[in-house]
Amino acid sequence: MAKSILFFKKKKGNIIPGFGLSMGITITMLSLIVLIPLFSIIITLSDTTLEDFWQIISDEQTIAAYKVSLTCAGIAAAVNFIFGILLAWILTRYQFPMKRFVDGLIELPFALPTAVAGISLTTLYSDKGWIGSIFSKWDIKISYTKTGITIAMIFIGIPFVVRSIQPVLEKLDLQYEEAAEVMGASRFCIFRRIVLPEILPAALAGFGLAFARSIGEYGSVVFIAGNIPYETQITPLIIMNKLEQFNYSAATSIALVMLIFAFIILFSINLLQSLISRIANG
Amino acid sequence: MKQKRKQTQWLLIFIGIVFITIMLVLPLATVLVYALRQGWNAFYGAINDDYTKMALSLTLKTTIVVVMINTLFGIFASWAVTKYRFRIKHILTTLIDIPFSISPIIAGLVFILVFGRIGWAYPFLEKFDISIVFATPGVHIVTIFVTFPFVFRELVPIMTAQGSDEESAAALMGAGWIRIFRKITFPHIKWGLLYGMILCTARALGEFGAVSVVSGHLRGKTVTLPLHVEILFNEFKITSAFAVSSILVIIAVIILIMRNIVEYRVKKEER
Amino acid sequence: MYVELRNINKKFGNFQAADNISFSIEKGSLIGLLGPSGSGKTTILRLIAGLEDPDSGDIFIDGKRVNDLEPSHRGIGFVFQNYALFRYMTVFDNIAFGLEVQKKDKAYIKKRVSELISLIGLGGLENRRPHQLSGGQKQRVAFARALAPNPALLLLDEPFAAIDAKVRKELRSWLRETINKVGITSIFVTHDQDEAVEVADKIIITNHGRIEQMGTPVDIYKNPTTPFAAKFIGESSTIENYYNLHGFSRDEGYDKAIIRPEFVSISKLGKEIYPHASEQGIVKEVFFRGNMLEVKISIADNEIIAYRSLEDEELVPGEKISVLIYRLYLYNEDSVRLIENEILTSRPEFSI
Repeated sequence: MAKSILFFKKKKGNIIPGFGLSMGITITMLSLIVLIPLFSIIITLSDTTLEDFWQIISDEQTIAAYKVSLTCAGIAAAVNFIFGILLAWILTRYQFPMKRFVDGLIELPFALPTAVAGISLTTLYSDKGWIGSIFSKWDIKISYTKTGITIAMIFIGIPFVVRSIQPVLEKLDLQYEEAAEVMGASRFCIFRRIVLPEILPAALAGFGLAFARSIGEYGSVVFIAGNIPYETQITPLIIMNKLEQFNYSAATSIALVMLIFAFIILFSINLLQSLISRIANG
Repeated sequence: MKQKRKQTQWLLIFIGIVFITIMLVLPLATVLVYALRQGWNAFYGAINDDYTKMALSLTLKTTIVVVMINTLFGIFASWAVTKYRFRIKHILTTLIDIPFSISPIIAGLVFILVFGRIGWAYPFLEKFDISIVFATPGVHIVTIFVTFPFVFRELVPIMTAQGSDEESAAALMGAGWIRIFRKITFPHIKWGLLYGMILCTARALGEFGAVSVVSGHLRGKTVTLPLHVEILFNEFKITSAFAVSSILVIIAVIILIMRNIVEYRVKKEER
Repeated sequence: MYVELRNINKKFGNFQAADNISFSIEKGSLIGLLGPSGSGKTTILRLIAGLEDPDSGDIFIDGKRVNDLEPSHRGIGFVFQNYALFRYMTVFDNIAFGLEVQKKDKAYIKKRVSELISLIGLGGLENRRPHQLSGGQKQRVAFARALAPNPALLLLDEPFAAIDAKVRKELRSWLRETINKVGITSIFVTHDQDEAVEVADKIIITNHGRIEQMGTPVDIYKNPTTPFAAKFIGESSTIENYYNLHGFSRDEGYDKAIIRPEFVSISKLGKEIYPHASEQGIVKEVFFRGNMLEVKISIADNEIIAYRSLEDEELVPGEKISVLIYRLYLYNEDSVRLIENEILTSRPEFSI
């Protein structure tokens, strides 16, 4: 205990009062609201044997759910990666009518309650909805399929990539592009050789955030997914189902797997980012 | 050459607008059109429903509690992290950010594991006859968890940019921390604080997954507005579901507008 | 002694910022702490203020040991390097802040602040915000703010660093005059020797966490006691094998020497006054320095600097000239010795 106090001991050279108070409140609230509840995952799982744990997390239906979550989230994040760059580009470099409106609209997935987004997307892409009815003419179903899940994940991921790149593009000195243009480089070549390397780390960060968010997302995806085992069950839904069956150890085990997924994604994106910036900076 | 560039430019803008329209405008329009599909009376009926009113009241109460607590936390935590040098500062910031990267379902689950029937705090709660899970305190606490870092995140960059020289100067003259915060720090961060509170409000109003786990869906008691939407939709009361949704959409749009105004002020302060 | 430091040590990790420092300051004096960056000068100032705590040693202010006293109870005024003016307060509120903290009554605050505003010559700007002030005006406000609660000791951290070169000169003399007028004991930190020489009554030269020399500017300039002090104050060039120069013989204890431009006189070949004491050198470069010329000369495998009046005949690079060196400082690791040109001193009949 004495050691842990030492950890938070402020270094000398600072005379601003209120350190003990602010640090005390911060640590207390952080522990009560975040750390202790999260620690309960480990407490709960301490009763579960390794074999049981393995059996739960490698159950066929659960594995199918991981696959659905990962593939849909991966495709959605990739789509957002491309359209995010495009949107950030037109929003920073071009002038067009209603630009401010479009810029504000990008935030909609953050501001709109996920349940509302969920039922709205489900309706829009169902057989009777505006878009779903067009596709149903060719017998293509979107709601209650993986395509529907992917679309919902695209919806919630849009702001991440755009908002990661925008500040970088705004700061990027136009002189580089102008210099390349004077030297006769084509627009596409300028983008590929000069702009893209600059925005790539930010775009990847956005990709990672969108990917991680999509895997964990519940509200906007659950309605359009339809909960068909092996087909459209996403991992959070499995956890929800286990909870409804009062199977807490199963729910907690799968939750731990999801936490590890999220951690691996964010960690590898960080690694990739630092790798790219190291290459870029020599 | 110039002509060709103009063409590419408009092509890119066109693609961007089409994407935005399909992905964002149409879902938004769907809510409003479906809400009014059966006329104003049906719309008004859905909104004037008792359960809707109770859900709205719980949502507003939850939002107020959550924003107040997270604002308080955000101010103290960002002050602690930016005004002093200490070890493990980086770890502390990472820990505070955890709720951002956690699925709302898991957020709800961990509180079941603490306060639920199998939770380690359950015997204690039973003794004092307190219910948290499947009751309003549970709704409050998961929403606090999910929106925990919002205010903190907005304040840290502003306070870092401001530095701590002014506070040190004031402390050297013998001022206490309340005076320092009120007269020196607060004027710097007020717009950023408001911005963080708006983001926190938006998320608290709409939180669905985490609340859905701990609420127990007790109609009129623990059902928030987003859960009420879910219930109506699952009962195939589509018009009612969208009518109630439209309340949330209107609030969301107001928040977006406020957000833009405040963001403009924050940027102006930074200059 | 008004301020006294006894055997002060301070380490930051492995970095020794203060290495057994002891010195004392008289009441009413204006002291400049001068040294290169990382030499420990700012640490000394912060130790006196209480912004840092020493690892060992004692600090006394006005006869009282202040080690365990909070910074706000040490009776000091502190002017920060970037002034740290409260950006959301007016000039008046900035200056009044310290008095408000001390719960002085309104009438007194008003009187004291207007007194200070007229002292710093910013009458009429009471209601401006810091961002509406120039760099020099900001510094004056920071100065007044530090003085407001009537501190016994004023500490200034690089007071001129954030100011344009043009205004700096003017502010230096203003600060000196004002501090003299107020009569407050003051210590300021600077890395600029011109600033230290011009403003301070006494200079303390710091290097590697130690005090190299303490004394009046003239004293340090004329009688540097350490090689660092000799090189740090004034222009200088370093030469090896000084004993090859006419008029200087080898001292076994020293193998290098420092020459100041003032110790050197140059003349066109054949126009020299003391040909026996002179050296032949080659003009490498000539720089115009506003009111004189700075000449870089190559002499016996060394390069030295000399000054020349604009009135004198023009020199061109590559030209052979006659160089007379009056005196130089010999130095080794830890001591300095001034020696005169033997040929000149042994022939007093040639001196004017």
